[in-house]
Amino acid sequence: MTKDEDPKDREKNSKNEDERRRGLRRREFVKLVGGTGVAATAQVLAGQKLASATTTTVPEERVPVAAGEVMGPGPVAMTLRINGEAKKLTIEPRVTLLDALRNHLDLTGAKKVCDRGTCGACTIIVNGKPTYSCSVLAIEVADRAGKPGADIRTIEGIAPEGKLHPLSASFVENDAQQCGFCTPGFVMSCKAYLDTHQNPTVDDVKQALGGNLCRCGTYVGVRNAVVQAAVSLKGGRA
Amino acid sequence: MADYHWPPTDKCNLIGRRISRLDGPGKSSGRIKYSYDVNRPNMLHGKLVFSPYAHAKVVSIDTSDAEKMPGVKAVDIMTEPGKEVFWVGHEVAAVAAETEEQARDAARAVKVHYEKLPHLVSDAAPDKAGDHTKQLAEQTDGNPDQMLQQAEVVSEGEYGSPVITHCCLEAHGQVAEWEGDNLTLYASTQNVSGIPGEVARAKIVDAAEKVRVLTPVMGGGFGSKFGVDTWGLACARLAKKAGRPVKMMLERDQELMAAGSRPSMYAKVKVGAMKDGTLVGWQSESWGTGGPDAQGGAPNLPYVVRIPDRRVKHTAVLTNIGPARAWRAPNHPQMCAITMPALEDLAAKLSMDPVDLLQKNIQMTGQLAKTYSAELDKASELMDWKKKWHPRGDKTPGPIKKGLGVSIHTWGGAGHPSNCNCVIQPDGSVSVSLGSQDLGTGTRTVIGIITAETMGLPLEAVKVNIGDSKYPADGASGGSTTVGGVSSSTRRAATAALNQLMEKVAPSLGVKPEELEAFDGDIRVKGNPNKAISWKQACAKLGTTPITGVGQRQRGNDDLISSGVGGAQMAEVSVDTETGNVHVDKLVAVQDCGLIIDLKTAESQVYGACIMGITYSLFEHKIMDEQTGRCLNADLEFYKLAGIGDFGDIVVHMMTGQGFDERGVIGLGEPPVVSPGAAISNAVANAIGVRVPTIPLTPDKVLAALEQKGAVA
Repeated sequence: MTKDEDPKDREKNSKNEDERRRGLRRREFVKLVGGTGVAATAQVLAGQKLASATTTTVPEERVPVAAGEVMGPGPVAMTLRINGEAKKLTIEPRVTLLDALRNHLDLTGAKKVCDRGTCGACTIIVNGKPTYSCSVLAIEVADRAGKPGADIRTIEGIAPEGKLHPLSASFVENDAQQCGFCTPGFVMSCKAYLDTHQNPTVDDVKQALGGNLCRCGTYVGVRNAVVQAAVSLKGGRA
Repeated sequence: MADYHWPPTDKCNLIGRRISRLDGPGKSSGRIKYSYDVNRPNMLHGKLVFSPYAHAKVVSIDTSDAEKMPGVKAVDIMTEPGKEVFWVGHEVAAVAAETEEQARDAARAVKVHYEKLPHLVSDAAPDKAGDHTKQLAEQTDGNPDQMLQQAEVVSEGEYGSPVITHCCLEAHGQVAEWEGDNLTLYASTQNVSGIPGEVARAKIVDAAEKVRVLTPVMGGGFGSKFGVDTWGLACARLAKKAGRPVKMMLERDQELMAAGSRPSMYAKVKVGAMKDGTLVGWQSESWGTGGPDAQGGAPNLPYVVRIPDRRVKHTAVLTNIGPARAWRAPNHPQMCAITMPALEDLAAKLSMDPVDLLQKNIQMTGQLAKTYSAELDKASELMDWKKKWHPRGDKTPGPIKKGLGVSIHTWGGAGHPSNCNCVIQPDGSVSVSLGSQDLGTGTRTVIGIITAETMGLPLEAVKVNIGDSKYPADGASGGSTTVGGVSSSTRRAATAALNQLMEKVAPSLGVKPEELEAFDGDIRVKGNPNKAISWKQACAKLGTTPITGVGQRQRGNDDLISSGVGGAQMAEVSVDTETGNVHVDKLVAVQDCGLIIDLKTAESQVYGACIMGITYSLFEHKIMDEQTGRCLNADLEFYKLAGIGDFGDIVVHMMTGQGFDERGVIGLGEPPVVSPGAAISNAVANAIGVRVPTIPLTPDKVLAALEQKGAVA
């Protein structure tokens, strides 16, 4: 976290962030490469054969690469489970999930802004958790070894085309967007949060959305939009 | 002669109401396509090769290895050998390849041989910058020396703000696609109508009409996206060479290094007053950098409060920090962050409430004196200023010190030239077309509201066409000139179209056309609901020929619009004297902008400007390394933007009603972003008893200031 000057908040936020942002992030990846549990991931990237793969530090969502399996550096066929559909594509193992969505599947709701896990414009929901898709490799969440990959939800999947998800409608109503480039990321962070927190206060919203940045300054609208959407979504559930 | 005047606001159904932006659903559903989102069939990806040196001569460029790389389809030289580059991030060449990853690899494989040249990136000491300085205006009005001598209280100080960047979330860039000799640019631009001419001047095409620019929405510009840019031209050349569309958007580091920045401005100030607070003299020596060519120009100090006797001198420092570009209200936030703190320091010396000091000298603000006075009163009420304000230095025990600060600002905001066509179809549908663009300000919505209001129709009945250079030419969106321009041309076009319709309809109602009005979905005899026909029936009388109303806003006087606004802001801060952390607890913004078309998006402009202002007041600084000449924070981890939890409450009040509405439409994008730096800096000084001379008010600077004499314990 770099945006928050209060050290206490920063500590709290970074903890929250760590809990929230699961899936393979680039920083985590770098840690893996530098540590003892490097094997599986490094092999994928370098395309080199590996003698023994340890999987102890690989997060549970990911399927380890079997010993001896070689992938890349050229394009690899893979299947991603996006918005309930299996999407087949052939891309290099180094392609991020964000670039796979945007460049190869024309799902451009998730935006590329910082491209290194800071701004949240690329936020999607992976296995129920808000995730910076710029900091996950597509191959890490693809079908592997006969097992289905992660459940990937993009903003295009939260409402059919031409219909507005109540959260999106609340962003419109509260003018929680100007240029709108950060907005889909905000909507997805909000959605993931409201899926598990039904009665947020404004202070809760400030914490929950600390991982998304806006340049136009729409935060006041966002604060109001999330609180209002929480009420209308709860009404829908009841 | 048709009557184009705005209807009285109490008669308006749409104008002045809170109306949601028309492109809101497209944006918040992620479905609308920005330039960055355009994926054309067979499209290649382009990447730039840029200089790692702050100043160098390009000796040679070898692209042979890059051309052999997998997927590479075209290479373009952007800076010919023999030419110089002037900042780290200066574009040298570009490549296009099948995938983004391949393009990035190929850009790395381009071998450029540079001859390094001396550079300067520091703007701290103009006296030591030698040849790297340029004296701009030196001006003396009246007799400042004598007046400062006669002054009963004189305050001296140094103030300023550093270079910051625009940091648009959608990076600069475009998709270029050729069809024969015709070029389509899906460009993230603030200047849809102007780009074709620029492309023709660069000889990419032989006539401007062969270029079409499409920008239905764009992800932020703030003054940095007026031109096609060298990368736009390179993208077009790459697409031509490859015979395929090319997308080339800047990466985040390039965006922060090379796509524009706001010039710095610092000043040593001496300002004097009589004991009753009457300001009598001003003297300032200012300096700043706007990159290698003194962009930005000289400030006009003091800002807003025009002390008649003054001497001002400005020195531009020529540096290799990257190019300066217009940044929302060019020069105003910087001038404000010099003037208002200097006046607040003087008020402290006079033991005077700074709001009283401003009110005492309000006539020096000129024509808008009454407006400023009313705005200060309103802001004081919303801040509860009289109750909360204390003299310098919060005496409350404990490490958290609270303080209040005030600032006032101004901007012009006259509408730019604009052309509009409004078409009524025989089936009753209405469309309105302009070669304008919506930067997120709500331009599209304003155009729709004015058309619908004019026609007496609901907003949904109007189709707004903007963001395409094939529509009638409109000005670039800069300097808060768009809303005035499009409001005037749209109102004229819609009125002209409606008048033609009334001529067709009048005989059937047995009256003259000028006796008719469009009201609530009907054309009727004025004030008579019984002599009416529905909009659809009226349009059916057109037979097979649609009506086109043409509207033009030309330069010069125009009674639909005006220029010149004020604005007052007040900040309340908490400063942690142990950590140096500043938190903005509350920011009050009181703003006039003439006749407001859409209150919702107008308020959003002010909220957004306040938040952007908090961000540059507390966090933003393009930090340069003097040794290497590199920008040290060309990323979003260390080029910090405020997050949603980084500030408290923002209170926005728009001045409307008599005295404001009848002025007509005035631009709003710039003015509210001017004051936050000064207001927050003043609040911090009020809290801790001493001035932190420059923004951003980072903990290190706050802690350093707390070491000074006069600081709170």
